[in-house]
Amino acid sequence: MAKKVGVYLCGGCGIGEALNLARLEKVAQREAKAALVKTHPFLCSPEGVQLIRDDLAAGAVDGVVIAACSPRMKTEAFQFDPRQVLERVNLREHVVWSHPPKDEETQALAEDYVRMGVVKAQKAEPLEPLAEEIARAVLVVGGGLAGLTAALEAAEAGYEVVLVEKEAQLGGFLAGVRERFPAAPPYREPAPDGLRSKIQTVSYHPKIRVFTSARIVRTEGQPGAFQVTIVKDGQSVPVRVGAIVMATGWKPYDPARLAHLGYGVSPDVVTNVELERMAAAGAIRRPSDGRAPASVVFIQCAGSRDPEHLPYCSSVCCLATLKQARYIRRENPEAAVYVIYKDMRTPGQYERFYRAAQDDPLNFFTKGEVTSVERQADGRVAVRVRDTLLGGEIVIPADLVVLAAGMTPNAADGEAIRALEDAEIKMVKGETEAQRAEAARKAEQLQSHKGTEILHLTYRQGPDLPTLRYGFPDSHFVCFPYETRRTAIYAAGAMRAPMDGARAEQDAQGAALKAIQAIEMAVRGQAVHPRAGDLSYPSFFLQRCTQCKRCTEECPFGALDEDEKGTPKPNPYRCRRCGICLGACPERIISFKNYSVDMIASMIKAIEVPGEEEEKPRVLALMCENDAYPALDIAGLNRLSYDASVRVIPLRCLGSLNIVWIADALSRGMDGVLLVGCKWGENYQCHFIRGSELADRRMENVKETLQRLRLERERIQVAELALDESWRLPALINEFVEKIRRMGPNPYKGF
Amino acid sequence: MNEQGKPLLVVGGGIAGITAALEAAEAGCQVVLVEKLPYLGGRVVRVHQYFPKLCPPGCGLEINFRRLKNNPRVTVLTQAELESLSGSPGDYEAVVKIAPRHVSPACTLCGACTEVCPGERADEFNYGLSKTKAIYLPHALAYPALYALERAACPPGCRACVEACRYGAIDLDQQPERKTFRVAAVVAATGWVPYDASRLEGLGFGRAPNVITNVMMERLAAPNGPTGGKILRPSDGRPPASVAFIQCAGSRDENHLPYCSAVCCAASLKQAGYVRSLYPEIPITIFYIDLRTPGRLEEFLTRMQGETNVELVKGKVGKVEEEPGSGDLILTAEDVMTGRKTVRKVGLAVLATGIVPRSEGLPAEFARDEFGFLADGAGRTGLYAAGCVRRPEEVAASVQDAAAAALKGLQCVVRSVRHG
Repeated sequence: MAKKVGVYLCGGCGIGEALNLARLEKVAQREAKAALVKTHPFLCSPEGVQLIRDDLAAGAVDGVVIAACSPRMKTEAFQFDPRQVLERVNLREHVVWSHPPKDEETQALAEDYVRMGVVKAQKAEPLEPLAEEIARAVLVVGGGLAGLTAALEAAEAGYEVVLVEKEAQLGGFLAGVRERFPAAPPYREPAPDGLRSKIQTVSYHPKIRVFTSARIVRTEGQPGAFQVTIVKDGQSVPVRVGAIVMATGWKPYDPARLAHLGYGVSPDVVTNVELERMAAAGAIRRPSDGRAPASVVFIQCAGSRDPEHLPYCSSVCCLATLKQARYIRRENPEAAVYVIYKDMRTPGQYERFYRAAQDDPLNFFTKGEVTSVERQADGRVAVRVRDTLLGGEIVIPADLVVLAAGMTPNAADGEAIRALEDAEIKMVKGETEAQRAEAARKAEQLQSHKGTEILHLTYRQGPDLPTLRYGFPDSHFVCFPYETRRTAIYAAGAMRAPMDGARAEQDAQGAALKAIQAIEMAVRGQAVHPRAGDLSYPSFFLQRCTQCKRCTEECPFGALDEDEKGTPKPNPYRCRRCGICLGACPERIISFKNYSVDMIASMIKAIEVPGEEEEKPRVLALMCENDAYPALDIAGLNRLSYDASVRVIPLRCLGSLNIVWIADALSRGMDGVLLVGCKWGENYQCHFIRGSELADRRMENVKETLQRLRLERERIQVAELALDESWRLPALINEFVEKIRRMGPNPYKGF
Repeated sequence: MNEQGKPLLVVGGGIAGITAALEAAEAGCQVVLVEKLPYLGGRVVRVHQYFPKLCPPGCGLEINFRRLKNNPRVTVLTQAELESLSGSPGDYEAVVKIAPRHVSPACTLCGACTEVCPGERADEFNYGLSKTKAIYLPHALAYPALYALERAACPPGCRACVEACRYGAIDLDQQPERKTFRVAAVVAATGWVPYDASRLEGLGFGRAPNVITNVMMERLAAPNGPTGGKILRPSDGRPPASVAFIQCAGSRDENHLPYCSAVCCAASLKQAGYVRSLYPEIPITIFYIDLRTPGRLEEFLTRMQGETNVELVKGKVGKVEEEPGSGDLILTAEDVMTGRKTVRKVGLAVLATGIVPRSEGLPAEFARDEFGFLADGAGRTGLYAAGCVRRPEEVAASVQDAAAAALKGLQCVVRSVRHG
């Protein structure tokens, strides 16, 4: 605990004019028992900051409370040792910029915030960063283009690399490709792939250990210290790595499911992958008679963009068709190529490739819908197309039909596998017949996931990365495409999202960077995104644990494992420091040195609640510190005004809300509690995945408490707010306070 | 990783540049980040919502700015441009020219200066759709969180802001300066500019006020934009009775941009969504050549196809004329599927103008393709590109690119340490 807390009040930016600073000083000193209180008219000036530095250096204080602007402001000026206790009290944006000056309620608000800040600092402890031995090595899973790239790039940055490939040869899908899409100006011709030299460089690189015909049977531990067991030729090889790049590639959509497009009606209906293999092996021939085809029809979106098959676009099939059309036209200048598409998708400079194909007089492109593909009496295949640009329905007799089949990920769904295991256990151990039957039904649904493990993580939440959509373990976040729910394990290439080779190489480089970064941050004991650099981590007072498993289940990042009894086994390097476990724990045994149930509870208890007769309601607002809190700052910056009876406490994530805080607030006589978090649902904006949703769910439990206390349910409100919605905040707050006023005071005031 | 290496220079402080700087810095590199404007965030900070999640860019930027504030390895220079570059991979000398901001880091955002400022300037943040005072805070999330003064907009001899500032933060006489950095590698993330829509003859931009571009539409839809988030017609400030989106305005056109700008289809679908949520009834038409929504974005297309009163017409718009008096627009387009010409009257037309790489100011050592994009793999070791200056792409891809470029930069830093 910080024993000697110094409070530094700033009088600038209107704070000094709007508030009675002398009274604030007294509150800090006499009521909150700060060791030292100083006021400066311009605290963020070099002289103001020096004041603090001098006190720290002299040992006059061991914890600092800065009562000035928002903690989001002037962070460079107020930067001290990151391990030190530092608390910011927002007197500017949340008090004087949004409330009338020289007003009793404004002053009361500021005094409460000072009390709250001081008690939080008093309860906080200096941070002691994690300092385990970290392995500066990267495991790359998959030896295709993305895996080779990730391995090579990480090794070139000076890291040891272990590359595991299940096949006997490196190269993956690209090994069976003749040429690649044009990547360099003028972007008109397919180009050689350069794969062989990349395989050679990887194979002989002094920092890369390659395991082919190998698989992973077990991955345990945490970032910086993963223990991975690789099996090759019946031998187990243990390796220790700090981070993992998954680059297991893709597989073509099962052509057996493309019967409606003629797959199976004739040997001369092939997929684009089959055609590519044929082209890579030699010349393109009709499978039925070995002759060069004189007319070829490509059917685009074979499976893709089809709600019955793959609802997504596979992103590369248009380009693959252009490339294969080029092969055909090069081999046989007389051959005609017909492309039936929904939309031709050749983004960026690839448009030039499309243009080159359009310039070829024997390539015919039309939008259209294929209605049937049938074998004709002469052995050719008739493709019937409607709604074409040529007007109405046409029939094209083809020597060869190529189905541009889509991409599906070569990924395992860790959460689904875990759910399957749970269901299988419940099938046997379920308490009632109905439960066992329900579990059996679920297990049946999830059967396709059986035995699909790749990483074999020993995580409580499943043996592989969770997936996002359609089985791809992609990031949910537009601005953070490498965000992962399994810390230090990054997906790259076509297993992550449909993409072409050039993009996959780029992606693999990015994933390699993230792997290296995760290792370096682990070395420094820092959290990775989104609380990058955070040195705090949770500790568990396990003697009081009741094995309820809420923390292990709710951790969005799979950081907590369980022993046989269900006691959590923390893995701090997996932890992202959101505090959701702290919010989940009914026994309140989880705490950070600078963020705990006790700290927030003490802040709530530091709020002065006027007696009933004063008719001044007090409302607690717990806000997500990434979105709602900055939005309230912006409201202040724009001088938007709102009711001064609200006391705001920022939370790391609304999911770290422990319901005891609500009970504390209400039993102290506060009149209502407003919870403001990020949007949840399909397009959730919570950077800790489900934080606000979990908070909302916990409100179910609060409702029982309220009933017991005979308090109205409406005294608690959960709201979703995005960062750009600061304009909504005043109304949101005012309407809530108004509702509370109408309800009348909390009858527990003064108890 | 060795912390003694020379820094990495990142040119451009948009989402790609911010990301490249942060990813490298968190991996242990020292980084100098150079941005031409007075604030970071580039194009994305002016976007209302990202597709397909429809989330505000400020949310991710808030996290990125916090990463920057907490990371002493990154030096951010705004209003700064790379003036010259010499040397070789592992050891470049970069000269950065910094224009005067006239406002020092002592600025507290108190706003007293703006209250007294008599000067005005066109707000480039809103693509000129509004004005600010000569001394202004670029936007509420601005990083660095400092005001800036556009000296050219000051009335002669005026010192009102200097007198109003209690923190001595304003220096009217601040001069441009040059700083020289020795860096191991350079990442160019200079981004893009929208294609000049006035060059699209026949589409009415610059003549008919209700013809706007897609970037302007972002500002009209944003709550911190010139209309407070209400999409209103520039001609009369009234809600439009119908909206048309004209795809490939410049892109995929041999006379303008012969490449595809990759993001405009999804952007227009998103903007059609903005219109729909504000005006649930009005007709929306999207004229397109091909609808390009790769990968998961397909869902986004499917969702918009399911909206009532949204019509997707395959065909290029050839002509946009203003109806005299009403400000409405008469569009002439070909409908490719029927082979017929179609004429529509709409209240507002949005040109989906394409992406032009902003590579002209970069040193000649950066290899370019015929369109000005920094060519892939053709550049020298030590010089890398990320984001839309490399190819037209959406935000997530730019960010991926940036991480990749950060790795290449990091390799140079590591080598520069090894070889001294």
